[in-house]
Amino acid sequence: MTKIIQPKKQSNIFKRPSSETGIWSWITTVDHKRIGIMYGYAAFFFLLVGGIEALLLRIQLASPDNNFLSAAEYNAMFTMHGTTMIFLAIMPISAAFFNYLLPLQIGARDVAFPRLNALSFWIFIFGGVFLYSTFLFGTAGAPEGGYLAEEVSRLGSAPNGGWFGYQPNAGMKYSPGTAMDYWAIGLQILGIASLVSAFNFITTILNMRTKGMRFMRMPVFTWMTFAVSFLLAFSLPIIAIALFYVTFDRQFGTTFFLTEGGGDPILWQHLFWLFGHPEVYILILPAFGIVSEVLPTFSRKPLFGYPAIVFAGFGIAFIGFGVWAHHMFASAISPVAQAGFGLSTMVIAVPTGVKIFNWLGTIWGGKLSMKTPMLFSLGFIGMFLIGGLSGVTHAIVPADTQQTDTYYVVAHFHYVLFGGAMFGIFSGLYYWFPKVWGKMYNETLGKIHFWLMMIGFNLTFGPMHWLGLQGQVRRTWVYAEETNLAFWNLIVSIGAFIIALSILVFMANWIYSRRKGPEAGFDPWDARTIEWSIPSPTPVWNFSKAPEVKSLDDFWHMKYDEDEEGRPVKRDTADALLLELEEEGLNPKEDIELPNPSYFPIILASGLPFLGYAVIYKSLPLAIVGVLLILIGSFGWGTEPLEEEFTEDTENE
Amino acid sequence: MSDSHSYPHEPTGVETRKLGMWVFLSTEILFFGTLITTFMIFKGRDFPGIKLSDVYDIPFTSVSSFVLLMSSLTMVLAHNALENGDQEKTRVWLLSTAMLGAVFLAGQIYEFTEFYHEGFVLSSNIFSSTFYVLTGFHGLHVFIGVVLLIALWSIGQRQNGLSLDGGMNLEFVALYWHFVDIVWIVLFTVVYLI
Repeated sequence: MTKIIQPKKQSNIFKRPSSETGIWSWITTVDHKRIGIMYGYAAFFFLLVGGIEALLLRIQLASPDNNFLSAAEYNAMFTMHGTTMIFLAIMPISAAFFNYLLPLQIGARDVAFPRLNALSFWIFIFGGVFLYSTFLFGTAGAPEGGYLAEEVSRLGSAPNGGWFGYQPNAGMKYSPGTAMDYWAIGLQILGIASLVSAFNFITTILNMRTKGMRFMRMPVFTWMTFAVSFLLAFSLPIIAIALFYVTFDRQFGTTFFLTEGGGDPILWQHLFWLFGHPEVYILILPAFGIVSEVLPTFSRKPLFGYPAIVFAGFGIAFIGFGVWAHHMFASAISPVAQAGFGLSTMVIAVPTGVKIFNWLGTIWGGKLSMKTPMLFSLGFIGMFLIGGLSGVTHAIVPADTQQTDTYYVVAHFHYVLFGGAMFGIFSGLYYWFPKVWGKMYNETLGKIHFWLMMIGFNLTFGPMHWLGLQGQVRRTWVYAEETNLAFWNLIVSIGAFIIALSILVFMANWIYSRRKGPEAGFDPWDARTIEWSIPSPTPVWNFSKAPEVKSLDDFWHMKYDEDEEGRPVKRDTADALLLELEEEGLNPKEDIELPNPSYFPIILASGLPFLGYAVIYKSLPLAIVGVLLILIGSFGWGTEPLEEEFTEDTENE
Repeated sequence: MSDSHSYPHEPTGVETRKLGMWVFLSTEILFFGTLITTFMIFKGRDFPGIKLSDVYDIPFTSVSSFVLLMSSLTMVLAHNALENGDQEKTRVWLLSTAMLGAVFLAGQIYEFTEFYHEGFVLSSNIFSSTFYVLTGFHGLHVFIGVVLLIALWSIGQRQNGLSLDGGMNLEFVALYWHFVDIVWIVLFTVVYLI
């Protein structure tokens, strides 16, 4: 009989948390799977919030000369929509996948630093709450002599300078009040969360791989996590410093980005986009990874050109740091810089194209099984391709200066981030649903979700291309009847509500299938990678003993051999092997020692919003509270061992 | 204890915490890189008002820089003593390192106060703003380093003493400390000497 060793209830400063169920077990957990699940739900919540903000925008624009939202509210809504979707929805949903899957895919028992992982999550939560507390406490006033003469409602008391916070518009003079401070400091806090998780994932991939898991045997999703972590680690410091400058400008009278004191607004654009463009790849590469897992599984073929896909991913990540100024073609940058960045922007399409062709090569001649994850992955390829191609048109500087700040750009990045990233994410959510819950989702509802979303998405963002080319300006609050933009705007708004409907279908499917779905078994897709070689839902200890990996797609090769023509032939031993794996996975033969839950990550993280408020309201008591929480958190953390000492008398059989 | 099982560790051969610190330091380079770049951009521009060269005292800062550099030496000595298993010497050198760091910090605080009295304040002009944010950010790093060193020293006071692996280990802090020192060499050159 296996010993699951219980930790000694050692009292340090606090008693060590020990509950295994209930809310405290979630708050103090350091288990990467639970953290992944919490990331997923929190991010989905923010996705809904960001979606509601988008719907409000679309109601406002559904008819000409509408006054559903005031101008101030409209500004707040588009700023919060962008900020939420990028920093609070897509990034953390990707983090949910990283957390849950990364250790499973490399055969590890947890990430390298389990408590740091919990810390990232809680910092993200507190950062999100801090940012959204602007609706309660923030103020967004009117600039002196500005057009925002009316009284600003609560809804409009949110950051209103755009998710890119261009200076000097987002400075104190043109954005008075505290809302933009909430934005700058909120992003700063969220940045810390992502940075910490980036260290964690890089170290995990380098150092936690199981026996035989060489680099070139890692699943592509793991590779893309690796690339994204590097992007985060090298791009977030830049925006962190830039946001420091913004906060100093707004709070302490410096002039980093303000011309009146010798500062430089263009510097903000450079720093922001030096982060902002890698950020685009931070958002899309996880989806590339997911799709690269889903396509081979549902085509029953190995991924076509595995090394090419991996290196293309890193190529994109690397070149991604050299294209930032294509966001600034309409700013004052020299013609040489324009030409250079135009070229580098075209160059980055090459590795992206390599990936697209590899995916097509993967499904070519395969035995396709059109399950929901596959549909979303195929949808991803198509929609992302459209977004990618409209992106290449931005590399042509004269064309770009026409398109800048029109709905054409809005259409482009939604095809990339929604048609790309979100379709990839939904593909992954369906694909790994049985792994996480041990149940199967409802295929019919899944397909309804896909088709509704596909139609709604194209109705929403397709017409934006021509609205933009007809001259509808981005961030416009109203448009006049005479502009002839009304028809397509109405279509766009209808499309947005179809998307909302598809999300409701998704939620219904999720909630229903989690409870009442049929048992999935642990390998429902006849999959290729080792996370499917363990029971579903994943046991707390992941692998009952460290797997030894002998090849790429190791799990597949355990089940299948090849005939002379290279076709897969199921081994005679395959079924017995699966039974054996399940038995072994549920009943580990060796002692399992897992990192213990801890209070300190959440305590440490809770100090940060206090520091944020302290800066905004120049309040010493709040600063002291924040510093104290951080000190208590770090002190407790530092003096508490990751795993408690195990003593004989507390072991139970 | 926990390493007796089928789980292999560390295919790179570098201890996991230390590897994490290396990754962390690689991002620190970007933090300081961004700050230094901003500083260099604004340094080349004409700006009105008081300049650093009107107020600074290079001999003073040279001495405090020397003190900080010496702290790297004592850090190496602490590491060396621990490798030789000499707990007492390790603690002595650790504490000296922390003290040298604290002296540097005191020097920086004194310097800032002097500048402040001479009218070179955070919001004087773009140059003073970048100066304070850049050197202040470094000072914060030194401060955190001193706290880490003192924490390490107090762990060393416990009966088991320090070990080269496990827990908050010495190499982990040493890496950070040397990095902060190296950054100062760059900052001193860029800010004061060029």
